[in-house]
Amino acid sequence: MIDISTAVIDFGLIAPEISLVAAAFIILIIGYTKRLGKFCALTALLGIFVSFYYTLIQYGNPGSGFSGMVTSDDFGVVFRMIFLVTALLTILIAQNYLSLKRLNKPEFYALICFSTMGMMVMANSTDLVVMFLGLEIMSVPLYVMAGFARRNLASNESGIKYFIMGAFASAFLLMGIAFIFGASGTTDLKRIIADLSYLSEFSHFYFYSGIAMILIGFGFKVGVVPFHSWVPDVYQGAPTPITAFFSVGPKAAGFAVLLRVFSFGFAEVEILEPTFWVLAVVTMTVGNVLALRQNNIKRMLAYSSIAHAGYILIALTAGGIEGVSSAVFYLIAYALFNFGAFTVIIMMESRSGGTTEFSELKGLLKVHPYLTSILALFMFALAGFPPTVGFIGKFYIFSAALKNGFIWLTLIGVMNSFISVYYYLRVIKVSCFEDSDSEFAPMSMTPALMFVLFITILGTLGLGIFPDQILEFSKTALFAFL
Amino acid sequence: MTVPIDAYLVVGAGLFGIGVIGVLVSRNLIILLMSVELMLNAANLALIAFSRALNLMDGHAFVFLVLTIAAAEASVGLAMVITLYRNHDTVNIDRFSILKW
Repeated sequence: MIDISTAVIDFGLIAPEISLVAAAFIILIIGYTKRLGKFCALTALLGIFVSFYYTLIQYGNPGSGFSGMVTSDDFGVVFRMIFLVTALLTILIAQNYLSLKRLNKPEFYALICFSTMGMMVMANSTDLVVMFLGLEIMSVPLYVMAGFARRNLASNESGIKYFIMGAFASAFLLMGIAFIFGASGTTDLKRIIADLSYLSEFSHFYFYSGIAMILIGFGFKVGVVPFHSWVPDVYQGAPTPITAFFSVGPKAAGFAVLLRVFSFGFAEVEILEPTFWVLAVVTMTVGNVLALRQNNIKRMLAYSSIAHAGYILIALTAGGIEGVSSAVFYLIAYALFNFGAFTVIIMMESRSGGTTEFSELKGLLKVHPYLTSILALFMFALAGFPPTVGFIGKFYIFSAALKNGFIWLTLIGVMNSFISVYYYLRVIKVSCFEDSDSEFAPMSMTPALMFVLFITILGTLGLGIFPDQILEFSKTALFAFL
Repeated sequence: MTVPIDAYLVVGAGLFGIGVIGVLVSRNLIILLMSVELMLNAANLALIAFSRALNLMDGHAFVFLVLTIAAAEASVGLAMVITLYRNHDTVNIDRFSILKW
């Protein structure tokens, strides 16, 4: 039982979350006032910076409070940083796009802040209840954001599909948590692990059904294959900056929880290893094969994000410190080059009459040679060519799998990377070797977009050539809670 | 005579199953929303039953949090259904097919 009088109330632990929520509320208050209405984006950025500062302070000082409901460790700090950077980049790339599409409303920034806060709660929790709450705080704003363009039929459809699938998955997750609670009598991950050996015959059934349901719930959230059908529709229909946010933030949050629950919490459960093996193979293969025949770049990137989830599942299957650190490294890498690719797509789409079809790229080389090479860089990174960070990330994942004896899994992963080269290079082929039928409409390149491109290029190339620092960073992050 | 925990769990599993079938089969968005709520409440029932059987208060507290979340989800979902109805004049999900499902 929880003894209320000894519960530690340490607001320092949740200061990053508090600052984001404060920023969101300030935005909601000032958003529709005449004089302060234009400072919404600035307030959100300020909130993100303050939150980042408080997160940075926590690095290296693990702590726990609120009766063990909130834990702060270096694993959580690394993921919090990923989410905050994602939110920052999303706000930067959204500015121009939102004003062009007449969607520049204050609630957008508030929703980003709320959703990011939910992800941070998720990554930091070692208790299933807090994890579920974090997931919902993240998801509910995401549903609204997917349907953000209220007059756009595709966006409406994307929002409602995301909502139904998300709520369905949450219900599975909740039922799973209820079963695990019933089997072990606690929702605290550390205590569940300790009690694992004392389970009776009766609770075994509930424990395993609980694990299966939790897996189904998170499988939906991160887009693992039997539960992936919503991903392409939602990604295609949502406004593009929001799609960029979807493909990085919630995915990283889902994997943060999967890593914590399955690589540490239930690592002893033997049935999980073959399950993850199968899921990884199916997810990679289906994602890559279906991506081959897409004509819309956003839809292609949606299938590619499914395939990348498959690569990260390889790392999860491998497990151990190499597996988890390679998964963390890959999530950082994926965030960088995926965001870069989406930035270029936003530039294309922001032209007058711009779409996200492949044909939109025709003749790009003649007008914007630099932008074409930047796009090519991101495509090479997605496909995993050296010297980009995409190569290093895949290399670490495959070597982690090999070290733990998963030879077939590694082979299938490498073959899948080869398949993926085809559709990534198709982007380069269309933009370099096909001529546009009509005049190439001028592109809007705002300083914010250029800044995001600069950051993502720097990360993609810099981490590709000097990966040691971040790799050490993601490795030390894990020792804290092993 | 007390009702054994299995009875509650069977009812919970039954409600959950009805919810799942409702989500998979129904073509009407409002019924879909109701089915999802039914699934959440089935989980609540299981939580309370376990909590009572184990003589713990944690499950009871969790149920209150879940109820709040369910309310937030329902309000967002209904708002979306209203926007869809304004744009499409229908709540039948077969009519929403701009994006391939």
